[in-house]
Amino acid sequence: MATTTLHPVATAYKRSTLYDWVTTTDHKKIGIMYVINSFVFFFIGGILALVVRSELAMPGLQFLTSATYNEFFTMHATFMIFLFVIPMLAGFGNYVVPLQIGAPDMAFPRINALSLWMLPLAGILLLSGFVTGGTAAAGWTSYAPLSEDYPLSSPGAGQDLWIVALILIGTSSILGAINFIVTIFKMRAPGMTLFRMPIMVWTVLTTSVLVLMATPVITSALIMLFIDRNYGGSFFDPRNGGDPILYQNIFWFYSHPAVYVMILPAMGMISEILPVFSRKPLFGYKAFVFATAAIGALGFSVWAHHMFTTGAVYLPFFSLMTFLIAIPTGVKMFNWIFTMWRGKLTFSTPMIFAVGFLSMFLLGGINGAFSASVPVDFALHDTYFVVAHIHYVLFGGSVFGIMAGFYYWFPKMTGRMLNETLGKVQFVLMFIGFNMTFFPMHELGLAGMPRRIADYAATAGWNDLNLIATVGGFLIAASMLPLLWNIFVSLRSGKPAGDDPWEANTLEWATSSPPPPYNFDHLPEIRSERPLFDLRHGPASDH
Amino acid sequence: MTTESQSLTTTPVQHDPLENYGHDRRGGISNPILGMLLFITSEVMFFAGLFAAYFNTRASAAIWPPEQFAHTLQVWPSLVLPATILLIISSFTCQIAVWSIRRGDRVRFIRAMAITVVLGITFLVLQATDYWLLGHDGLTLSSGTFGTTYYTLTGFHGAHVFGGVIMLSVVLYRGMAGQFSAKHHDAVEAASLYWHFVDVVWILLFTILYIIPGKG
Repeated sequence: MATTTLHPVATAYKRSTLYDWVTTTDHKKIGIMYVINSFVFFFIGGILALVVRSELAMPGLQFLTSATYNEFFTMHATFMIFLFVIPMLAGFGNYVVPLQIGAPDMAFPRINALSLWMLPLAGILLLSGFVTGGTAAAGWTSYAPLSEDYPLSSPGAGQDLWIVALILIGTSSILGAINFIVTIFKMRAPGMTLFRMPIMVWTVLTTSVLVLMATPVITSALIMLFIDRNYGGSFFDPRNGGDPILYQNIFWFYSHPAVYVMILPAMGMISEILPVFSRKPLFGYKAFVFATAAIGALGFSVWAHHMFTTGAVYLPFFSLMTFLIAIPTGVKMFNWIFTMWRGKLTFSTPMIFAVGFLSMFLLGGINGAFSASVPVDFALHDTYFVVAHIHYVLFGGSVFGIMAGFYYWFPKMTGRMLNETLGKVQFVLMFIGFNMTFFPMHELGLAGMPRRIADYAATAGWNDLNLIATVGGFLIAASMLPLLWNIFVSLRSGKPAGDDPWEANTLEWATSSPPPPYNFDHLPEIRSERPLFDLRHGPASDH
Repeated sequence: MTTESQSLTTTPVQHDPLENYGHDRRGGISNPILGMLLFITSEVMFFAGLFAAYFNTRASAAIWPPEQFAHTLQVWPSLVLPATILLIISSFTCQIAVWSIRRGDRVRFIRAMAITVVLGITFLVLQATDYWLLGHDGLTLSSGTFGTTYYTLTGFHGAHVFGGVIMLSVVLYRGMAGQFSAKHHDAVEAASLYWHFVDVVWILLFTILYIIPGKG
């Protein structure tokens, strides 16, 4: 008689790796997919930037028509802001925050997966503009009436695709923000009081509050624009009593806080990295937390400094509030500098990028203060000076921070170390390329070169600086090659990282690299904001 | 000092799935309810954008509402007044449902929730009828800033009522399947918070559209 024996299997139901990643609700896999997705759009946005820079290298139109030039710079900024910097930081937050607070996952894992998968969908919508008669071309700000469907403005479907894509990305951000806030308030490990949270967690919390309060407002502006374009509405149509300035007000009510959404988590990252590689605690932890909250709060009262020249805003108020932002930001600069002061510094790649952040973000802050002054802004508005400013804070700040964070957490994500030499080669190329590209833009702006132009007169005196900027742009592109090679080699045959390659302070280094799906087998006792330091050296007696 | 450093050993993590969810162990607000409150916060900001647009448009117009549409904003006789009263009543019935399930009274909970869903659907029917009548009067989304703002604000509110009705229907269905008790009813609490929010938005909309006198 044939017998059938049942073999109980202890392992999980076997599925393909692809199926596993596509359907995962694990915050670590979702975080890594956020990072990969953001890098893809970073490269697409970067190629668009190279085409734009090539066109500007010399006077005359060599590669593009004016119309395609408009599409390219619009898509460059849209990809870089909405599909690279914001989701990249959300991705690191996703990976790091639950680990740093000792939680097994985010509060709403399935909503987390939803937030992720909205992003590639939005990217496809944006890209599909290229095959449906032209993408949006009204700039990433899409000011009405330029973005309206009048014959000479933006009659094509590309602008509608842009609106829908941005609403999708916004919804993804809002759901992500709700997830972060609930996770941080409700799922901290025992002993992890609010003032023992790593700074990264504080910055993600502040960022999430900004996203939660600001993003729905731009959703309303985008919906109004959509109604104007498709259903005969007249919100922003001056011919029917509408008001184009209304669009700018609602747009910047979101988009100025969005600037802090793009920088605060990067500040959080380097606030993790500087203490580890200086072998000192962060100088002035509480001051840093309050400065972060102050930047978040002040961020809602400065939006009209983008609109000084409209004549429709109260200049002294918005100028004053903008200058006030410099105070908490200055507090942070001192936090970082005094963290390094008399520290035992080691210049590993994450540290070098963090120091790069400090110096470049400082320049971005200084040229930002110029623009905050009303009479100066009247002269600089819509010139390349403003392009220089935004790239010093967004590239010199956010991107250097992202690179620092990438080199810092890559060993935790993959279990492999990245090559230090290649990392340093990348930094040197990127640092030189970045300054070559964007420093001349200050001078171009002062010389009167307006932004968003495809061509300029050969006699305008802008030729040399534009050529230098273009060469710098290609140098930045070249700096991506050592990074890609580094990742490739490291994934194939990198040095195993171990649990804690940097002798770091925070909980993510208390578990294996990469961590198991449930994150922790054991948690150390948490008695300060540096539980792993306490574990190695015993608790500080005054804590 | 030495004893203290010895006490800094690692403590095992228990893999009870609820162990790390503060609600069940440490009390305080539950994750779903906090999530819903934050979601409502974002919805408040969304409507703030629309309301700001309305006030801006109204402020820059010489005459508001335009003369040919002035009669569309009369509270009586119109369908708006009964719709408003019904929606406010539905907030009370919704809260009665919440109080009932907190006591574990499932029968009363299901009855009150069913009445709430019916009232919500009635509001939507009245609003659709009102739109149909206004359309006959010539007020459309494309008839100037008044038509655009009127339909956008009331339309997005209506869409939120629709979403709320779906939420409450799911809660009702789950309640009839016996999934809620005095101890486990986060979904009921969360859905009712959303429903109250939708009600408050309507009271504000009703006030700025129908109560505040026009100008010019």
